[in-house]
Amino acid sequence: MKSRKLSMLLAAAIALTAAGCGSSDSSGSSGAGNAPTASSSSSGAAAGAEAPVSITVNCMPPKTNAAQRKTFEEDIAAFQKQYPYITISKATDAFPCYEPRTFEAKLAGGELETVFYVNFPNVGRLMADGQAADITPYTSELKTFADYNSSLDLFKKDGKVYGLPTDGYGMGLVYNKEVFTKAGLDPNTPPKTWAEVQAAAKKIAGLGAGYVGFGEYSGNNVGGWHFSASIYGRGGSVITDDGTKAAFNTPEGKAVLENLKQMRWADNSMGSRLYIDWPALMKAMGAGKMGMMLGAPDVLISLRNDFGGKFENYAITAQPEAKALFNGGAGYMINPKSTPEQIKAGLKWIEFEFLTPGKGQLDYVRAKNADLTVGQPYPDLYGADTPSGQAVVELRKANANIDAAQFAGWVEGSKGIPSKAEPGPYAQEIYKILDTPMSAVLTRQDANIDQLLADAETKVNSLLASKG
Amino acid sequence: MTTASTPVAGRKQRQPTKLRRSVKRNLTAYGFLCGALICFAFFSWYPMVWEVILSFQQTNFVDPAVWVGFENFRTVFNDPVFAPAWINTAMFTLLALLCGYAIPFVIAIVLNELRHARAYLRFIVYLPVMLPPAVGVLLFQWFYDPDYGLFNQILGIFSLPGLQWLNSTSTALISLVIVSTWSNLGSGTLIYLAALQTIPSELYEAAELDGAGLFKRIRHVTIPQTKLILLVMLMLQIVATMQVFIEPYLLTGGGPEDATVSVVYLMYQYAFNFGNLNAGNALGLMLMIVLMVFSAIYLRLSRDNTV
Repeated sequence: MKSRKLSMLLAAAIALTAAGCGSSDSSGSSGAGNAPTASSSSSGAAAGAEAPVSITVNCMPPKTNAAQRKTFEEDIAAFQKQYPYITISKATDAFPCYEPRTFEAKLAGGELETVFYVNFPNVGRLMADGQAADITPYTSELKTFADYNSSLDLFKKDGKVYGLPTDGYGMGLVYNKEVFTKAGLDPNTPPKTWAEVQAAAKKIAGLGAGYVGFGEYSGNNVGGWHFSASIYGRGGSVITDDGTKAAFNTPEGKAVLENLKQMRWADNSMGSRLYIDWPALMKAMGAGKMGMMLGAPDVLISLRNDFGGKFENYAITAQPEAKALFNGGAGYMINPKSTPEQIKAGLKWIEFEFLTPGKGQLDYVRAKNADLTVGQPYPDLYGADTPSGQAVVELRKANANIDAAQFAGWVEGSKGIPSKAEPGPYAQEIYKILDTPMSAVLTRQDANIDQLLADAETKVNSLLASKG
Repeated sequence: MTTASTPVAGRKQRQPTKLRRSVKRNLTAYGFLCGALICFAFFSWYPMVWEVILSFQQTNFVDPAVWVGFENFRTVFNDPVFAPAWINTAMFTLLALLCGYAIPFVIAIVLNELRHARAYLRFIVYLPVMLPPAVGVLLFQWFYDPDYGLFNQILGIFSLPGLQWLNSTSTALISLVIVSTWSNLGSGTLIYLAALQTIPSELYEAAELDGAGLFKRIRHVTIPQTKLILLVMLMLQIVATMQVFIEPYLLTGGGPEDATVSVVYLMYQYAFNFGNLNAGNALGLMLMIVLMVFSAIYLRLSRDNTV
């Protein structure tokens, strides 16, 4: 009798486990927080013109970022009120918003959100692999679409549009004003050339133990990413325009590595620690003993919000001697399994939340009142002369609550410098290959730059040839 | 006809009864077995079957998958990092075996011989296992810091020059071996210790009477008596160390200059950073075959041993 009861208990437990494994994630079970569904009851009674449609979205700010999360929740409610036939049935807050480790599993399992976030390095790959919906037929419905600057090009392939950038910025030189002052440098006249960067870095390193003049990445693909940003700045390229060959074994590529080698070994101004992933260098910069690093304006906000840096100590200026600026940022794409109605509804959400001056995340009045930073010169999405571009700049200026001077050097110095996109759909593979010369010059005094570039060139050519 | 059919019918009637009785008697055991089987089926066998299928396909998980034969294998085989990844993995396995296999055994013997503070020392040895692996690995990031790290400070006390540890192609791999050995020391030592404690003390006493010293006792009593567990541990360690991932992922990012790229790290790169899950699966299948060969050798050896 006892054993029968035990067996029944076990069977029940197994059945429950199996049911748990197989159950699909319904709205509300994500654990990522549910979107307010103000209109869910009214969606059926929506205006006759539009049929009810349900979508899911991601990149809701996490609970730890309460102020921004509140604005997001308010926006979902307002959006559903404005479009009563659209229901946002689920909003996930998993961080990072784009997670390559789960992306394909979610896509395969039908769990990928209708509207999903993606950062620029992954856009090319998703378009090449057909993992984002073609939104070309629907872009005419977007009011601000015509005002986009060149950042939109990144989301285009063969004349079709596959997504919308919502955050964009060019590279610059981030520096610590306090460290500059300590080293006897003028924080109001940051370096404009690489020779000046080198001299400033040497002075900063001379402050004593723990001080690093200039920090740079060397592994986990971020080394290659910064090599690309540096070579773009010097007027070079990573691959040829047709995307079939490597194009970095040039005087510009050599200059990038020579400069780092000089600073690391002759000047000893880069410290001996290797920064092999994105947070590593950010942590070092946030700790307050590093003088300079390459970075975009969002680095300043991230140093403040995520890495404990004293915001007022940091500033960004233009990338030294820049001839082109590496185009960084992020945007949103639509799940390729979506219906046309869902695509239209998803685009309406992107427009409402990220692309309408004075609304959603561009509602700077609300952001200011919520004590969120306003005044940073990004997202840089619209052409300067377009109505949307002008509206965003004016709103931002009128509600700024941070010192615009911290970004002024970057804004002024970057004017007129063209932006340049990631090196094609195989950017990550190329970055991995370029990690090698970066790590070599930072770890070996006898690193042979010509050889390193030639080896990397062979590898990239072989990679591109294999991709056809 | 009737007489001929009666025993058959009787057998048919008896058989289900016997079966039912047998099932009833072992119902609890079957229940437990079902749980294990379901877990294995869902979390081990099903993914393994899919790994094999995906390695011969090209899929974007939107359109129907296309069979591409050995194309994914060709892709990884032509990768310039393919050969270094296998060489690094083989080197890591070899070094991890030399350190991680011998050191816990020696420590277990020493602990077994101790008369005092045995429990305390056992706890100390096992302590690293209790740390989450990532925490242990990141602790070593600080130990290895060329400027302020613990190891270079210790070398400094003895007026020895500091090493570059993770920053040098010549020391990066061995640095990872040290981390791995430290992390797994506790488990290995505990298993060896358990095996040592099953050896009858009479054998040592007899060996001592025969004039055997410490090393002779180890050679002629300890090793033969723990042969089976040593074999098991050898195989488990080969299988585990060939799948090294967390150390290069967290400490070196495969660098410097690909000096610490392992097969599993490369697999991870393909699957999650390069967006080529199929090539990652192909590489995973290659590793699985290699590990199956080792496992087959182990099974053969252990069978011979038990016979």
